[in-house]
Amino acid sequence: MNADALIQAVKDRFPQGVIASHCYRGDATVLLGREVLPEVARTLKTDPAFQMNFLMDLTAVDFSAFGTRPSPAFFNSSGVGMGPRPQIPDQDPWPGPPGPARFLVVYHFFSLPLKHRLRLEVPLDEADLEVDSLTSLWAGANWLEREVWDMFGIRFRGHPDLKRILMYEEFVGHPLRKDYPVNKRQPLIGPRN
Amino acid sequence: MDTPQTPPGGPGELETRDMLLNVGPAHPAMHGIVRIVVKLDGEQVEDADVEIGYLHRGFEKMAETVDYNGVMPYTDRLNYVSPLINNMGYCMAVEKLLGLSVPKRCHYIRVILSEISRITDHLTCVGAGAMELGAFTVFLYMIKAREYLWELVEMVTGARLTVSFCRVGGVKSDLPEGFAERCGQALRETRKVLTEVDRLLTRNRIFVDRMSGTGTISAEDAISHGITGPFLRGSGVAYDVRKECPYSVYDQMDFDVPIGTRGDNLDRYMVRMEEMEQSMRIIEQALRQIPPGPILAGSETGRPMAASEMVDQGKIGNIRSIADTRAVTDPTLEGAARPQHPSIAAGEKRVFLPPKEDTYGNIEGLMQHFKLVMYGHGVRPPKGEVYFPVEGANGELGFYVVSDGGNTPYRVRVRPPCFAIMSALPKLLVGDMMADVTPTFGSVNMIGGELDR
Amino acid sequence: MFGDAGFLTSRIEEAIGWARKFSIFQYPFVTACCGMEYMATACSHYDVDRFGAGLPRFSPRQADVLFVVGTISHKMLPVLKRIYDQMAEPKWVVSFGVCTCTGGFYDNYATVMGIDTIMPVDVYIPGCPPRPEYVLDGLLKLQAKMQAQHSSGRRPEPEPRPEFE
Repeated sequence: MNADALIQAVKDRFPQGVIASHCYRGDATVLLGREVLPEVARTLKTDPAFQMNFLMDLTAVDFSAFGTRPSPAFFNSSGVGMGPRPQIPDQDPWPGPPGPARFLVVYHFFSLPLKHRLRLEVPLDEADLEVDSLTSLWAGANWLEREVWDMFGIRFRGHPDLKRILMYEEFVGHPLRKDYPVNKRQPLIGPRN
Repeated sequence: MDTPQTPPGGPGELETRDMLLNVGPAHPAMHGIVRIVVKLDGEQVEDADVEIGYLHRGFEKMAETVDYNGVMPYTDRLNYVSPLINNMGYCMAVEKLLGLSVPKRCHYIRVILSEISRITDHLTCVGAGAMELGAFTVFLYMIKAREYLWELVEMVTGARLTVSFCRVGGVKSDLPEGFAERCGQALRETRKVLTEVDRLLTRNRIFVDRMSGTGTISAEDAISHGITGPFLRGSGVAYDVRKECPYSVYDQMDFDVPIGTRGDNLDRYMVRMEEMEQSMRIIEQALRQIPPGPILAGSETGRPMAASEMVDQGKIGNIRSIADTRAVTDPTLEGAARPQHPSIAAGEKRVFLPPKEDTYGNIEGLMQHFKLVMYGHGVRPPKGEVYFPVEGANGELGFYVVSDGGNTPYRVRVRPPCFAIMSALPKLLVGDMMADVTPTFGSVNMIGGELDR
Repeated sequence: MFGDAGFLTSRIEEAIGWARKFSIFQYPFVTACCGMEYMATACSHYDVDRFGAGLPRFSPRQADVLFVVGTISHKMLPVLKRIYDQMAEPKWVVSFGVCTCTGGFYDNYATVMGIDTIMPVDVYIPGCPPRPEYVLDGLLKLQAKMQAQHSSGRRPEPEPRPEFE
């Protein structure tokens, strides 16, 4: 299915769970509420219309500093105003960051038999950073979710062993959050510089 | 963990316990640093636990602090044996976000260098894997072939390993003269080495016995873990991003995708060897199909003038007298002269640097250079998010870039192919013997820079 | 530095220095991209064996030069320190690549800004990654240092380090 048909099919199946959708630069994207995520994921994997057998990527984005970097006053025109490439059905503008929610958990799916890709996004508030784990459906989600926990502090309900994967256990904090300064080091041994 | 098992023949037989062995972060297999804790019953591996993160260098955090072209050196060091593939993937992701298309010749240059990088990656993987099984000669031969290819890369980009060759909107410079012949020579030497290695290894009793039947993974398990690339193709699934979701000019190339049948180490070795041959085929086709660059004929139009002098003349207002000169710049800037610019750069002045003749020669070029290079300015894509997958040497390498309209990326996520493979490593090791850990881990081709970023 | 050495002892010390510098058993602590250039230096094209340093010993107990090759993260640092402590005197440390010299361009929460924050380094080989010719130059400097060193293996006292936890 092409991107628009894919989004429409997801919306038809789960009309109450889908918050928003877009097709910016040809990537089919659907924003979901987190309650429907396990259901949607199971459907995507098992339903013959979707057959998403690959969970390609699972990551998160912290939108707390979006658009807050100052730009020089005389440089107002942002971006390259080029016409879209003819093979990218563009003209679907990006809706912007997901409202008041600070975090967005992003899932990329790929179907090998049907060769289509879908991106699911689940907005999460800072106060309640929990979402269901997909380890029962895709084994690769295990380590990917551990990495999101490590870097962002988002917990996954039902994960068999949620512990840090890239940083050491004694590390305090979640490095990829926007409020973690880039060179704040927490050395295990050695001088604290 | 330490429970003694009831001996099979009843009391009076030997009592055994399991042993936890730590194949620690600093271990002789020169693949990088990872800790594998194996639980052994004699020589059989009962369970394995993998701990990574020893080379975490904060790529994603650093990418948020530099501008879009400044992320390029960081991407080199992701999969550091095939840096040009990472460069290309990142550039194509940002170009997709910008909606920019690059000239045809630029596509071909990127494809040729990516395939050379893929060959160097497979050479290193097979060579190091063979060395750990005792075939040291094979390692030396493959590193010799890799040196020829690195010299070729150095001829084009200026560096052997960490090249930072692609730019958002193009490449740094055009192919130098004589590249096609040097490339032909290097590929001939590589083919000789590969034939030699094939003779040494493929029907070698020891090699085959150690590699076949070990490290087996089924296709369903591999897909469930998200494994792609030669690892998946060794298990029989024909997924290659270049064929299924073609990008750049791969849809005009004619090449095969080798597939294994049993999913063990020997199949993966064969897949990699065959892929190197296919990559060489792609390079040769690309060299035939590449649209010709400008004929420089030894000297471009205009009389040569030192760049500093051109700047000085421009400052005092002699614009007309320097109009038909060409700037003589540093040799590292060779290949990016004004006649070559249309073939290596997308013609968008808010993205790509001007040729040096314009930077030094007229005010528009100077302003364009300023607007792209000075702190606080730079490439500013529109707000949005994009995901772009390319076929890395280990599998699908995807870049997910989120932009907030500023000059630094808001979020750059790289989907590392060997992360998925390493997450399946316990499954690969359990059931085999301790000595099979070495060839299995060798065929994983774990690159620390990509795994831990 | 040779104190009250006579003719015979200084000849012996020169001989010991000569023997040490031409039989380097290195421990290549390879982590990252510099490892590729280390492999290239060790292999046939830029052979390091002709300098006597061609045999890596993959056990710290048997090695005398610790080549720290590639970025060291804070997670890895205790492992590196333990390996350094396990080596017997006389030992030398070569910091290969700019990530081990000063941290490189990875000025972030995860990277150690130079291994000389926890161990004394004898030769710094900068470069990202350094070309094999650079590495051989560094090796020759190390050899000169080994030759000039007192035969007991004591190196000149470094300045007192601040106490850290």
